[in-house]
Amino acid sequence: MSSVSTLSATEGQERKIPIIKLGTFLLMLPLLLWLFLLIILPHVDLLMVSLREKLGYREYAFSFQNYIEFFTEPLYWNTFVRTAVMSIIATVITLIVGFPISYYIAKVMKGKKRSLLFMMCLIPFWVSELVRTFGWMILLRESGVISSFLQWAGIVDGPVEMLYNDASLMVGLVYTSMLFMVVPLVSVLDTLDDSLIEAGYDLGGNTFNILREIVIPHAMPGIASGCIVVFMLTLGNYLTPTLLGGKDGLWFTEQIYNQFITRFNWESGSAFGFLLLILSSAIVFVGLKLSRQTLADTVK
Amino acid sequence: MSTQLDLECRQVVKSFGKFTAVDNVSLEIPQGSFFSILGPSGCGKTTLLRMLAGFIEPTTGDIRIKDKSMLGVPPNKRPANMVFQHLALFPMMNVAENIAYGLKRRKMGQAEIDRKVADVLERVSLPDAGAKRIEQLSGGQRQRIAIARSLVLEPALLLLDEPLGALDLKLREHMKVELKQLQHEVGTTFVYITHDQSEALVMSDNVAVMNEGRFEQVGTPQDLYYNPSTAFVAGFVGDANRWEGRIEALDGAQAMVALDEGGVIATSFAPGTSFAVGENVDLFVRPEAIVIERSKAAQEKARLSGGKNTLSGVVQNLLFDGANSRALVRDQATGHEVMVSLPQTGAFSDLKPGEALVLSWDVEKTRAFKAMKAARQGIAA
Amino acid sequence: MKSAKTTLSLKKAILGVTAIVGLAFSAQAQAEELRLLTWGGYAPDAVVEQFKAETGIDVKVTKSNNEEMIAKLRATGGGGFDLAQPSQDRISGAQIENRIYKPMDLSKIDSSQFISSMLEATKANTTVDGEVYGVPHVWGTSGLVLDTKKAGDVKDYADLCNEAHAGKVSYRLKRPTLIGFAFSMGMDPFEAYGDTAKYQEIMDKVEAKLISCKANVKTYWEGGDALLNLVRSGEVVAAMAWDTGGWKLNGDNPDVTFVAPASGALGWIDTFALPRKTENEEAAYKWINFVMRPEIAAQITAEAGNFTASKGADAFAEDKLKAQFQASFPEQDLNNIKWYPTVPAGLETIEGKVLDRVKAASSN
Repeated sequence: MSSVSTLSATEGQERKIPIIKLGTFLLMLPLLLWLFLLIILPHVDLLMVSLREKLGYREYAFSFQNYIEFFTEPLYWNTFVRTAVMSIIATVITLIVGFPISYYIAKVMKGKKRSLLFMMCLIPFWVSELVRTFGWMILLRESGVISSFLQWAGIVDGPVEMLYNDASLMVGLVYTSMLFMVVPLVSVLDTLDDSLIEAGYDLGGNTFNILREIVIPHAMPGIASGCIVVFMLTLGNYLTPTLLGGKDGLWFTEQIYNQFITRFNWESGSAFGFLLLILSSAIVFVGLKLSRQTLADTVK
Repeated sequence: MSTQLDLECRQVVKSFGKFTAVDNVSLEIPQGSFFSILGPSGCGKTTLLRMLAGFIEPTTGDIRIKDKSMLGVPPNKRPANMVFQHLALFPMMNVAENIAYGLKRRKMGQAEIDRKVADVLERVSLPDAGAKRIEQLSGGQRQRIAIARSLVLEPALLLLDEPLGALDLKLREHMKVELKQLQHEVGTTFVYITHDQSEALVMSDNVAVMNEGRFEQVGTPQDLYYNPSTAFVAGFVGDANRWEGRIEALDGAQAMVALDEGGVIATSFAPGTSFAVGENVDLFVRPEAIVIERSKAAQEKARLSGGKNTLSGVVQNLLFDGANSRALVRDQATGHEVMVSLPQTGAFSDLKPGEALVLSWDVEKTRAFKAMKAARQGIAA
Repeated sequence: MKSAKTTLSLKKAILGVTAIVGLAFSAQAQAEELRLLTWGGYAPDAVVEQFKAETGIDVKVTKSNNEEMIAKLRATGGGGFDLAQPSQDRISGAQIENRIYKPMDLSKIDSSQFISSMLEATKANTTVDGEVYGVPHVWGTSGLVLDTKKAGDVKDYADLCNEAHAGKVSYRLKRPTLIGFAFSMGMDPFEAYGDTAKYQEIMDKVEAKLISCKANVKTYWEGGDALLNLVRSGEVVAAMAWDTGGWKLNGDNPDVTFVAPASGALGWIDTFALPRKTENEEAAYKWINFVMRPEIAAQITAEAGNFTASKGADAFAEDKLKAQFQASFPEQDLNNIKWYPTVPAGLETIEGKVLDRVKAASSN
């Protein structure tokens, strides 16, 4: 009797294992489908399109021409370098501005005030990026709020144009990215035990070296993930550079858009898209290596 | 004042709004001693320690370390270092870097730093731990590294904020002994705060018992245990049975107390206290002071019999704990539960719940204090 | 015979049931819906409602522009919409390249409602392999929008580069700008459409001009509303833009208006074309015939600001608009309009590179 029940128990267990596996599989199915249909498949398609050269109407041949063109035509290459450099600068500025804000929210503010401050960082993101950008245009344009104020205050004689240059572009990019820096920084600084900072002071440290040796090393995963997100978002931004950047403001995504939409040149558009993916990944990789972080750390 | 004082507090007060966390505390700690501040949570001991470390400024009063006022001196400039409750070791650094952190801040040369780190690791018996990461260490090892990190700076005062709280019982017992030995070897003054009376009693040269922001009594562990000066100390330090009653008659250093529940107990006073007939008092008797006998005699209330206080009751519960075993005996007449220690001879190892016992103890082993409830009773009346 | 009929009707019944089940899932309205890919203002709500009242067909409007229309249809192989409205010069190239359109059945269109010269011209321009792919709808021009008080001296596109207006002019960085500048520089790019080398030569000159002109430009405008704002606020006094924009601003400020440039305004015609995978062709023809009625066409003119190819709609148009049109287009200017011919394949690549280089060039 007892042996029979033992047997059926083991059987039951054995039978259970594949059921659990099926359950796990079903649970993962949406993720797998999403990954495959929306991430992998389009990229494979993009890669195939990018590797063909148009010979005539509906006549294509396998070729690296689109990639070669990117590297041989200084215009595209320069645009990419400019976009990357501007994105890196925007990321650094966002970090420099965002870190004290995050520290203040995570470590200094308590309770309601803290939620309020966090909310204030969040509110601009309730409206669309387009509206936010127009907000800046209203402020910065020649007939805009700041220009009018300066004239009213007698600081300047005539209207000042603050729009359509790299500085206004930078302001827009930093503003747009701020939340994506503040959120990971606040959450990582939240996990920093206050007593570590106190211990630093107690052992003779001053504010500067506590920041450098305790706070920043602790916050490094958050800094890295914030920087990656901001860098990628800035690099892939289309609206802000187009609207605030002005006549000299070239942006690589604009090039891709132009290739696809106005040139009908899907081949080189795909190649540019792929190059953007590869080159930006390379920059992130170098950044992680320099800061001695791993990608796994940043998503902890 | 011939011996040099490492720490002196003069009428230190700390208020947060209307709440007074530390109320007029004065203390003096001579060089090289192990001083504990013992009190329940919320008594103000942590606030006091943080004032010593410099994280909080006192509202009034003065704190002097090595006879220099510390008012306005930030924590990184004080000759006092702290071992935090959760140790606060820096997880981003290895053991040696943790210990070297304070030394580097003093702009010491690397060679000297290395030597000092090696020395202090040797002292805490972890000579090879330098390259390890914090998460590789066991709880006890972390403890030692946290202490080493402070000790390497050779502070005048080492402040310890319940650092043993997170350890399991066995390790805690072990670390108590180790800490005391370490303090003895290095000779640095330790100020240790805890709510665990056993930690305070085992390790300290002197203990201050703190309650509601004030020091109730400062003395050696033996003093506190055998000669508590207030009802709070008698109840908080060590286990004690407690009765409430009123003084019926006085006779020199002794008195007869009529218990509120009925019966009488003869008691002695703490030296330097005096009572009047009719005054409400609390009586304390340690469990180990009570002698037990098996008896089938009739149930009677507490009384004086043959120069000893006597009480008969029935065993309610046995609390076996090896050498520290106890029994809960219920006075059938009044319902009062009395805790008694079982003799270590094992004479009562066959004791069972339901057996009748006669309890007796010397008059000198009974201590009377002014009733803690007096004020409350006054209000009620 | 009879039994055959019974089986047929049984088959029908089965098909019917299947269709009903299918409909239950795919929203019944689908059969009675017209998905229209068009420009802003070409399908006013009032017109859509009248159409629904008359035919029971819902019109689902998607607003777009030439490039996006082609990109969208190209991505789906001509699916997703039942009727599209690309400009007439952009149809045949896209059709040869991507096969995204379906030939028009002209018998289903009431040609008597169209201005015949415009209908014939559009048919000619949109014919590929003997099949017609487009009929005209709305037409208009692009030229100069000026503050005549401050920039009265601007007579042609090239005058936008006058130093007197430095920092106060704007134009788009799109192909009409290249064409317009070429004309104002005394060249004829349309004539060179068939000759890639010649076209390249013209574009090189335009490129040099646009680069030297860059310092004068405040910004390259993107959306029509953005430009209107720039001119309305006085930040820009002269711009290359559509005629309707100028007329709209004229309503607010009499100094600002649309002026046909000396070398001729550029004329465009937006058409009706059937996407290859149109699912409701009948509704598409119904819509075309409906909106070409003079009184409906006039409503669209009032909304979009541009005139249509509908015969007799002028009679219903607002007087103000007619007056503005006549002020901007005296007789000789009207005759001088340069209508876009069909864009041959390959030119867009040349133009694209020119535009990229202009954008990348330093303005100082």
